[in-house]
Amino acid sequence: MGASMPVSREAVVSLTLILALLAGALIAQASGETFYVTLATRIAILALAATGLNLALGLGGLVSFGHAAFFGIGGYACGILAIHAYNGEPMILGLPGTQTMPVIWLAALVASGLVAVAIGALSLRTSGVYFIMITLAFAQMIYYFAISWPAYGGEDGLSIFVRDNFPGVNTLKPLPFFLICFALLAAGLFFFGLVRDSRFGAALQAARQNPVRVAALGMAPFRIRLVAFVLSAMMTGVAGALYVDLNRFVSPSMLSWQMSGELIVLVVLGGTGRLAGPLAGAALYVLFEFLLGGMTERWQFFLGLILLLVVLFARGGVVGLLAGRARHG
Amino acid sequence: MQIDLLIEQVLNGVQFGVMLFLMAAGLTLIFGVMGLINLAHGSLYMVGAFACAAVAAATGSFWLGLVASLAAAAAAGAIVEVVVVRRLYKRDHLDQVLATFALILIFSEGTRWLFGSSPLYLNIPGALSGAVSLPGDLDYSLYRLFIIIVGMAVAAGLYFLIAHTRLGMRIRAGESDREMIAALGVDITTLYTLVFALGAALAGLAGAMVGALQSVQVGMGEPVLILAFVVVVIGGIGSIKGALIGAVLVGVIDTLGRFLLPAALHLFLPASQAASIGGSIASMLIYVFMALVLVVRPQGLFSANA
Repeated sequence: MGASMPVSREAVVSLTLILALLAGALIAQASGETFYVTLATRIAILALAATGLNLALGLGGLVSFGHAAFFGIGGYACGILAIHAYNGEPMILGLPGTQTMPVIWLAALVASGLVAVAIGALSLRTSGVYFIMITLAFAQMIYYFAISWPAYGGEDGLSIFVRDNFPGVNTLKPLPFFLICFALLAAGLFFFGLVRDSRFGAALQAARQNPVRVAALGMAPFRIRLVAFVLSAMMTGVAGALYVDLNRFVSPSMLSWQMSGELIVLVVLGGTGRLAGPLAGAALYVLFEFLLGGMTERWQFFLGLILLLVVLFARGGVVGLLAGRARHG
Repeated sequence: MQIDLLIEQVLNGVQFGVMLFLMAAGLTLIFGVMGLINLAHGSLYMVGAFACAAVAAATGSFWLGLVASLAAAAAAGAIVEVVVVRRLYKRDHLDQVLATFALILIFSEGTRWLFGSSPLYLNIPGALSGAVSLPGDLDYSLYRLFIIIVGMAVAAGLYFLIAHTRLGMRIRAGESDREMIAALGVDITTLYTLVFALGAALAGLAGAMVGALQSVQVGMGEPVLILAFVVVVIGGIGSIKGALIGAVLVGVIDTLGRFLLPAALHLFLPASQAASIGGSIASMLIYVFMALVLVVRPQGLFSANA
């Protein structure tokens, strides 16, 4: 990373946003307003999911309109493992369920990663508008499958009754659970930064800007993009598992096209391809939903209007506004 | 299994496919001519259904409702094109996706505001209710047959419009080289608005006709929109012929899958399991078909630019 002004300014903005989230949760806890701790937890989880998407969308230019699939698969991995452990029934192949978070996260990583390999290998054969429609279609396929498969609640979803546990932490209290989510968000952002500044990240961004040149240099854009797509899906999958632990509930709505759209909105509202973009977007979205949702039932109407104005007139998102437009192409 | 039942399901599949064609034709035309991916196409479908239900309820005439659905959807389309979509042609797909996603939110909540959250109901017109006897001693719903005929007529009309009229010539020219036809003095701005309104009217017509089979409610458009995307991916972007063949294929595969798979699984599974597993697999069938097409021909079966 160079030492030029815009880059360092972005680092300051990123750090400030991350610390503001932590400070907000701590202050809320200190003043006894645990509801706001839960709100901060929601921000952290959505930011992690969107950071995953930012890997594919921001760095790779892959407009995936199907990331709800991975969010929901992570969610169902959590829900299914937890409900089997709760009922004491083994799953298929006689495997036991579990209520230990790290094991659940691993399962969410593997499940969403495997599905992403299949969806990515097929959709990345195309590009542009085809890619958007195909990722949307495959996510819809998984959505309908979840609705029509009765074993885990079908359309009604699945309640997990008790939040899963983490060794040495009381996850039932809001603040410790927030800190777990915050730590994972920090790890996710660190990983995003690592990928962005790595040789792989350079190749991925080059493949966005000019795939023909990348191919001429002897690198296959398809493989680079597939790896990025799978990594991106895995991060979103873990966020899905956390989201289910937050709500103690998983349903097909986590897999819906609206969820995919919301994830894109978070990334673009915050700043596509920027480190803290998804965090800024998630914070804005959750606060917006909370404040406007308190005033009017029709808050999504105004969300639509604002979103439309942002797309038409204010490009670059929140981070672009705060840290200047440092990104190329 | 009775052959009658099978033929009836095939016809239902064709009817479903024809309805998907009305959606997919507009999408593929708008993408082919303007290079725009329009997520709000499902909202125009919804506008058509609500306009038809509201006017039919007020006047008691389904036919006036049908006219109203065409007019309302075309007007909504034209307004959206002039106010918003026009600014998106030169933007990248991400901006188009976001802006039209925002339009979905506005349309959905706006419709809830106007009509409330409970669904409206639209009755099949008296002249089209009941069954008709087809050759081979088969009774089939007259209204569904009407949808098939209207859809086929629209397909023929679109073919004539695009292949044999001046407007169609301009649309085809716009698809292949928009700078050139602008340089030749064609008013490209008006042409784009016309094409967008035409696509919107087709979506509105589909929404109105299906509104009499299902309930008319907010959010009815998006599942159909996503299926229309599957159709466009299978048929190839920009190809009306591809949209028609893709739509009928998707409609028939989906309908027959839901009908035949549970029955087939019942041969070696208990009935309840066969129904649930068969239903789950059947819901994924068209996407599997899409994946197969992607493996063989990533650009779709009849891509206009292939």
